[in-house]
Amino acid sequence: MTTALAPPPPAPPAVPVATGLGRPASSRVAETGVWIGIGAISMTFAALTSALVVRASDAPDWHHLHLPALLYINTLVLLGSSLTLETGRRHPGRAPLALSLTTILGGLFVMGQVIAWRQLMTQEIGGPSSAFFYVLTALHAAHVLGGMSGLVYVRHRMRAGVVSFVPYNAASLYWHFMAVLWLYLLTLLTLRG
Amino acid sequence: MFSVDHKVIGRQYLDLALVAVFTGMVLSWLMRFHLGWPDTPIPGLGKIAPGGAAGGVMTPEYYLALMTMHGTIMVFFVLTTAPFAGFGNFLLPIQVGAEDMAFPRINMMSFWVTLVAFLVLVAAFFVGDQPPLSGWTAYAPLSAVGKDAGPGQGWGQTLWAISIGIFCIAQLLGSLNFIATTLDLRTRGMSLARMPMATWAWFITAVIALVAFAVLMPACILLILDRVAGTSFFIPGGLVISDQLQPHTGGSPLLWQHLFWFFGHPEVYVAILPGFGIVSQILPVFARKPLLGPKVFIACLAAIAFLSYTVWGHHMFLSGMNPFSATLFSVPTLVITIPAAIVTLLWIGTIYGARLRFTSASLFALGFVSVFVSGGISGFFLAQPSTDIYLHGTYFVVAHFHFVMGVAAMFGIFAGTYFWFPKMFGRMMSETLGKWHFWLTFIGVYCIFMPMHYLGLAGNVRRYSAFTDDYLQPLIPLHRFITIAALVTGAAQLIFLYNLIRSRLRGPQAPDNPWEATTLEWSTSSPPPHDNFGGRRPVVTQGPNEYAVAGPGGRDYIMQAESR
Amino acid sequence: MGRLFAVVVTAIALVSVTLFALHTWWLPPDISTHGGRIDSQLNETMIVAGILFVAAQLALGVFVWRFGERGGTRATWPVRIFPGGATPMVVIATVLVGIEILVLTLVGSKVWASVYQSPPPPGALQIDVLAEQFAFYFRYAGADGKFGVIHPEKMSDADQNFFGLDPATDTTARDDIVVATLVVPANQPVALRLHAKDVNHSFYVREARIQQDFVPGMVIPLHFTATTPGRYELVCTQLCGLGHYNMRAYVEVKSPAEFGQWLKAQQPAF
Repeated sequence: MTTALAPPPPAPPAVPVATGLGRPASSRVAETGVWIGIGAISMTFAALTSALVVRASDAPDWHHLHLPALLYINTLVLLGSSLTLETGRRHPGRAPLALSLTTILGGLFVMGQVIAWRQLMTQEIGGPSSAFFYVLTALHAAHVLGGMSGLVYVRHRMRAGVVSFVPYNAASLYWHFMAVLWLYLLTLLTLRG
Repeated sequence: MFSVDHKVIGRQYLDLALVAVFTGMVLSWLMRFHLGWPDTPIPGLGKIAPGGAAGGVMTPEYYLALMTMHGTIMVFFVLTTAPFAGFGNFLLPIQVGAEDMAFPRINMMSFWVTLVAFLVLVAAFFVGDQPPLSGWTAYAPLSAVGKDAGPGQGWGQTLWAISIGIFCIAQLLGSLNFIATTLDLRTRGMSLARMPMATWAWFITAVIALVAFAVLMPACILLILDRVAGTSFFIPGGLVISDQLQPHTGGSPLLWQHLFWFFGHPEVYVAILPGFGIVSQILPVFARKPLLGPKVFIACLAAIAFLSYTVWGHHMFLSGMNPFSATLFSVPTLVITIPAAIVTLLWIGTIYGARLRFTSASLFALGFVSVFVSGGISGFFLAQPSTDIYLHGTYFVVAHFHFVMGVAAMFGIFAGTYFWFPKMFGRMMSETLGKWHFWLTFIGVYCIFMPMHYLGLAGNVRRYSAFTDDYLQPLIPLHRFITIAALVTGAAQLIFLYNLIRSRLRGPQAPDNPWEATTLEWSTSSPPPHDNFGGRRPVVTQGPNEYAVAGPGGRDYIMQAESR
Repeated sequence: MGRLFAVVVTAIALVSVTLFALHTWWLPPDISTHGGRIDSQLNETMIVAGILFVAAQLALGVFVWRFGERGGTRATWPVRIFPGGATPMVVIATVLVGIEILVLTLVGSKVWASVYQSPPPPGALQIDVLAEQFAFYFRYAGADGKFGVIHPEKMSDADQNFFGLDPATDTTARDDIVVATLVVPANQPVALRLHAKDVNHSFYVREARIQQDFVPGMVIPLHFTATTPGRYELVCTQLCGLGHYNMRAYVEVKSPAEFGQWLKAQQPAF
């Protein structure tokens, strides 16, 4: 990644500083990137939502899904992972541990989702609502996996001695968005799926 | 080769587009020849495609496959990669005074993923039973039901959908970089108001592309699932194909059209808006006066970007969509002509009172204005549901979109190439060859595409592989005229290719600022060093439009980073 | 170079417009009751678009002629800004195009509504149309005035049961007449229902100024009234596969008396 990114004040060359919530100027670009990514991901899921609404309306073959109960446990796991990540941001000393813990919880979440898919496969015989369920959750899980690789990268940089919260903050933003997105999908699937 | 330097990536995109555009052009030659002389064998074609064109005369399905590949290659791998990803990558960071894109590695990935998408598309043409033939719009259920629907609906069509899905990911990564770089990496003094017009255009295009490709990507996923996983997103129940009742229920073919055109219409602007920016930057340089109304220009770009998301239904007036919504969609479609008309008048007004210099770059910029007017005005007919009843599905539509997003965008690419080639390669292109290229191309495209309006008015439907029967027979002479014009105009592009290759190897050394322009790329060496400005970051003190002023050293312009 | 550009642009504009104006290639004569309004809408748009087209190209040509350098010597005349700057451009574009949009929308939407947003007139002749790769079939209700129910699973080209009728149990299906040419009476409204059997198709009759997609899973209504007896071509305009270019049928418009005779002479499908 590039250094010395700031426009107006001629910022001194970025000596990475660990100030917890403090954000050096160069944090902007990483966070900007995440925000733009959030915009694009939101658009993708908005498109799928409208596809679901169009497909579900007036369709004789649409059967309401009985969501596997495991999904609610997965939800708690994902929300918990957001909490651990946030704890690390508040307490810089525990940041590396928080990153590892969050990554593990993220992995648990994805594994839980896979098990939930298998449960659904045994009880359901296809149908458009379950097709949407698989597409939405798989796409979300893929994005969570992307987020996990981001967390691993941040952890790796910390191990290399660069104690910077710039990537940490950006990764947190993305991770929290994954949790929010999952809550939205769960609501959508409960109400319309 | 696996460089993270935005300049290398930009050139890689342009090289890919060059390969793609000549491929697409040869495909159109083959199609045009077949339309003019349907029974005459094309020498050699029988050997290349023994299945599709035994003895050199192509089958109807081979014609449709060529058409599908032509459309897909041109729209995605030329009109998106060259003006937006190619030029944008090379120039946007330099024009805002940055060392590189915000995320160089993501940027590199974006190119290589695009290349993978291109290779998958090429594979779709050769792998499997038959190449895909559903057109670049791939309307479901034809594109979704699979093999039963006839040749070209097997693996080829699946690979087509995979290729486009991959391409979406690449362009999302690219757009993310464009936006972040513009927002956060501008150098000191480079306020938004001082950004060059081309940078503005690439930035706004990136916003459009980010939203558009984010919608096409899931649509492609759903299409692939319908094809390979037996889902019914786009396939309704009760379909009988080749006397086989299909095992699908409840899907919606119109859903594909809505998702596709929600992407597809903004995609038109992804192709053309960079041309707007390039022309708005080039015209003042060669007119030696500022662009008329730069702020109005930017406002118009923003208005077009916003409106581009409200007009997709005009592709679907006759699709079976609620006819009431046709009227609703026609209004923003007509309204979007207002900012487009304003921009055109700004260009014409910029020429007024100028000291216009004629170079290959400025000629193509002027030609851009002419062909954009020609293509834009025929939109009036298609934006109205009532006249669209007759013209929809005819060559009038083909004429319209080729002028407005094909030819105009290509003219923007040509103008940009002649203008920035010295900066990219440190060598000048041949102006003599460039001017020959311009005149042959300019007259040629009018000979090709203007008569297509006449065909459309006569009711000549598109996507037909032969016009030998009935009412279409009298139109054959006009088709032959178009074919000859296409062959000649295509051949003129070889001049361009020769000029590119020769100048890259043996062109005279280019000075840093051969055109006496103001923007930051002309403040650095030709070609720029790896970090663009040789360790120093330029400080911007001027807007991009300082022409016809008393500059230092008796010059008639002030550069954006003059203090250097 | 500037003069050459001006001459070429002007020549292109004038030749193009002349060929439009002379109607060298033009729409075939209209044979429908609504087509006249579409044609006049098209003509009106053509005139306005033609004026805007010529004006823009000429302005471009004139300015390039007038303000271009000549003979490779650097121009020295003073640079001038367009009188009033960008404001007149914004005003001209907004007012001219805006008025045009308003007129086109108000008039044009009425034309559109009269064909696509209004129900067919009472007493319209009901005809079912089925589009399949790569043919059209037309169904008349027969003596009982009722259409038999369509069963997709019974559709079969091999058995010539194009509409998937079930005459064994469905009495209304027995007298249905199925033909491959659309025969309609002149000056009587015709109400079509468009069914697609496999993929998207489209119903396009140039002379009747009518076009509409067939969409699988939907039954799409379409109505028109033909005025002039004759034989016209019906073509598919939605890409439907390899035989798309060959997907055609004929529309025969007969005088009401001839139409009655024709209908009487038809054998029911079963």
